Amino acid sequence: MSKARQLADLGNVYDDGALSNRNMVVNGGMTVSQRGNSTGVTGAGYYGPDRYRFTVGSAGVGTYTISQDTDAPSGFGYSYKIDCTTADASPDATDAVFIATRFEGQDLQRLKKGTADAASVTLSFWVKSNLTGTYQANLFDLDNTRIIGSTYTISVAGTWEYKTITFAGDTSGAFSNDNGLSLQVEWALDGGTSYTSGAVPTSWEATSNADRAAGLTVNLADSTSNYWQITGVQLEVGDTATPFEHRSYGDELARCQRYFRQLKKEDANDYPFIRYHQSVNSYLGNVKLFPPMRAAPTGSLTLVQSSNAIHKPSVRWDTVSSATFGTSPYHVDLEIAPSTNDGLNSIALYMYGYKIFADAEL
Amino acid sequence: MRSYDMNEMTITSAQYVSVGLVENASIRATIDGQELFVPLDPANRHYAEIMRQVEAGTLTIQEAE
Repeated sequence: MSKARQLADLGNVYDDGALSNRNMVVNGGMTVSQRGNSTGVTGAGYYGPDRYRFTVGSAGVGTYTISQDTDAPSGFGYSYKIDCTTADASPDATDAVFIATRFEGQDLQRLKKGTADAASVTLSFWVKSNLTGTYQANLFDLDNTRIIGSTYTISVAGTWEYKTITFAGDTSGAFSNDNGLSLQVEWALDGGTSYTSGAVPTSWEATSNADRAAGLTVNLADSTSNYWQITGVQLEVGDTATPFEHRSYGDELARCQRYFRQLKKEDANDYPFIRYHQSVNSYLGNVKLFPPMRAAPTGSLTLVQSSNAIHKPSVRWDTVSSATFGTSPYHVDLEIAPSTNDGLNSIALYMYGYKIFADAEL
Repeated sequence: MRSYDMNEMTITSAQYVSVGLVENASIRATIDGQELFVPLDPANRHYAEIMRQVEAGTLTIQEAE
């Protein structure tokens, strides 16, 4: 690229209003993976690198391992990898597989969607697969059930390729200015006829499932040899794909923790945080969430060691009888009942070998 | 319309629970085979789906014990 071209692109970016914080995507470089890798994935959910959702149609097709992989193009440390481990070459009509990343409406107001001044946006990413062919990526407006999409081509098997897609602005349907789900960028990887029988929505339209994967000429689930990898994901205002905006690990982690946190690790020497509560055999712990999460998170507890999970000093080691969570965007409360009621009411309680997950994903 | 693709959770049980002194602090639910504690926050996607299924008549939230 010539210097003149680079200066022209820089000017375009300035006109579009963002020299920094251009990239609206969180964890575009796949550097954060709090959940770790997952095997045997068949249903919708969040697996592998933070902020990327394995999304299905009425049902998924095939079984997958989803991981943070160190194979990445130059300048990147990681990629998101989905690897087919059980094939299904004949998807039912309503089966589909998408990878998606989701956005709050209050973070999208710069797009001026639903106004006469609606801005175009450009999606760029690096992608690699053994499956050459035509794929499809969409912007799916979930506030107004509208969609626009485009195809892209993977030309060479097993080689990182850089793709850019510019989508026109939408003068219809404003995004809600709040913390709710408004938009998802989705990459179609497999689909039955309910998702492939339409036409690629090359301009904004009312969402039809039949259009969401209409441009696909491949099916990720048709062989256990198949994989698809992505990194360097950037969504920015304007019609120019600028170089990927790298952020520090700490910056990216903080952004991810607005949506998901692992509050404790399974280390043997975790510090205790459970303390005596008002009733016998009931212990309440509290963890502050700072900065606060997007919404009150769903809480879950995983015991890495079921025996000796609880220690009452000078009394006994014990197991957990029950655990309940109460949460807000600002804190997580966890109430624990040990299996043994000692009738004691003035002791602290230590926990070992556990993970607490707080999930406020969109 | 934010419920377009939310019908992706299998919820097999739901019951209000108290935490500390707070009654009905959250809902203990089995979602996709996992025990989760869901806050009563409409912005939480699990709660939104629980309420969608309740309104559809396919799920009942049990009272706290």
